[in-house]
Amino acid sequence: MTPGRPPSARARIARASGAERSGAGPFPAAPRRTSTGRARRENRSGWLLVSPSLAVVGLVVLLPFALVVVFGFSEIRLVDIPYLGTEPIEWSLENFRRAAASQAFWGALWTTVLYAGLTAAGSLAVGLVLALALRRPFAGRGLVRALLLVPYVLPVVAAATIWKTMLNPQYGVVNAFGRAYLGWDTPVGFLSTTTADVWGIPVPVALLVVVLFDIWKSAPLAFLFLTARLQSVPGEIEEAAALDGANRRQNLRFILLPQLRAVALLLLLLRFIWSFQSFDDVYLLTEGAGSTQVMAIQVYTELVTKADIGSAAAFGLLMSLILGVLLVGYVALSRRTDES
Amino acid sequence: MSGVRPTPAARAGRAVVVAIALLWSLGPVAYGVVLSMRPYAEVTRDPLGLPTALDLSAFATAMRDEADGGFGLGRFVLNSLGVALGTVVLSIVVCVLGAYAAARLRYRGRAVTNGIILAVYLFPGIVLAVPKFVILSRLGLTSSLVGLLIVYVAATVPVALYMMRNFFLALPASVEEAAIMDGCTLSQLLVRVVLPIAVPGVVATAIYVFMIAWNEYFYALLFLVQHRDLWTAPLGIAQLGDFQVPVTVLLAGSIAVTVPVVIVFFLAQRYIVSGLVQGAER
Repeated sequence: MTPGRPPSARARIARASGAERSGAGPFPAAPRRTSTGRARRENRSGWLLVSPSLAVVGLVVLLPFALVVVFGFSEIRLVDIPYLGTEPIEWSLENFRRAAASQAFWGALWTTVLYAGLTAAGSLAVGLVLALALRRPFAGRGLVRALLLVPYVLPVVAAATIWKTMLNPQYGVVNAFGRAYLGWDTPVGFLSTTTADVWGIPVPVALLVVVLFDIWKSAPLAFLFLTARLQSVPGEIEEAAALDGANRRQNLRFILLPQLRAVALLLLLLRFIWSFQSFDDVYLLTEGAGSTQVMAIQVYTELVTKADIGSAAAFGLLMSLILGVLLVGYVALSRRTDES
Repeated sequence: MSGVRPTPAARAGRAVVVAIALLWSLGPVAYGVVLSMRPYAEVTRDPLGLPTALDLSAFATAMRDEADGGFGLGRFVLNSLGVALGTVVLSIVVCVLGAYAAARLRYRGRAVTNGIILAVYLFPGIVLAVPKFVILSRLGLTSSLVGLLIVYVAATVPVALYMMRNFFLALPASVEEAAIMDGCTLSQLLVRVVLPIAVPGVVATAIYVFMIAWNEYFYALLFLVQHRDLWTAPLGIAQLGDFQVPVTVLLAGSIAVTVPVVIVFFLAQRYIVSGLVQGAER
């Protein structure tokens, strides 16, 4: 839900906005005599306005992050909460050692990577097809565009309730249809089946259903971003290419797709990050059944079911470490393409 | 937009893609709406059938209080509404100020603060769930709607800052320059000059923040699962799914909590979308 933006785009916006170019916000360059007074006043106003935001970020993001590091490296359980701050911390590496030794951790990590990767690729692909199909104006395009956003706007609980009903083995429409028209002998438990053989190939059914659900919900956002980018492709390039005899496929391959590369890469990264830590979608659909135990569900289980704060914090820290590496890689990659 | 003219075949292809896309996006929603209007017994007997008569009793059953034989969704909706509106007010006040400073004012440390805010936004939220839960339960706030409100404000401030900043950057700075030349103070400038022209952006951001708070499920589950009186609408619907509640009632509840957000979103859709995708255009 929360899009970031590539550094190059940020720089360009900064350049495009007159305010930042003029060097002193909306405040016009003052005569030299008063300029230090004005700068000081603007400095004070800036801090005054931004301090509530910083207070929120500090109290509810930076402080908790410091704490999660402390928790990850100490033995602390839910029952210890009332004594927090009154007793010395017992430092230990035990949480990380246990995580690295546990089958559950590595299993969850693999499931999460698979889930996030497939979701990211799928929602980008669906978004791309939609954006290209709706690129040229036609009657009713505005309405179609708006309707395509419905899955994205829908509360996740409502969406999951609908999907669970749809896939229900007793009265769900998918099983009813399959048995009535496709000759299925027995109903398929889409949300509880770990693997099923389809023409001899083992398919992770429940995981794929969750991925499909996530693509359904998140592709509209990719569609929005790609549409915005497509609209700013200058028409002259395509006209020139058409004059040179480029056909539709060449136009797509050599003109449009290269223009979309940066935003596509960003969308892939963001969707991977969001899906990597997604809890709601998987928990609401399967509660982790059918081998869909993703990392976020593991964190929740360690915290709530096993009442082990230290272990939950360690799992969370390992997750952010992986995402951090990914983010650094992305920044390095986009720097390099910016330069070339 | 000229370039290569679409051939009739391309046009037919597009029509097919659009039809499939609409079916894919709206099919499940339409299915939910249809089922919520059918009696439960009929749904189990004939899953593929269409409603024979319009039956809205599932909506009433979902909303009514437990004492009247309902499932108490009405109360859950009120809880959600309170938390979501509180989140909107607090988050917007904080963000209008912060975003204006980030977009327009030059102050020492501006690059650093902007960087922190951007970093926070890409930060994996689930990692912070553990310490937030610990801190708030140490303060005795995990079994109250206040605790949830605090978490929601924190969750929405980064995205609201980002959207508001985009809106401010898109506004012309010349009006503000003129106001300052006329001797406006900072508070006069904000209230009389900036806010009136920023109204569409503020409203769009407020709606987006409202949607996030209204739809949120994870923290509601983490904090309030033991306190049925305090359940929010999403938590209520998800929890009732584990009880013996007819699926038609669950779907009616789901549709009922969906309709308001969908309507409000579409009223402000253009502004919300432009606030979100700015920066992706280049």
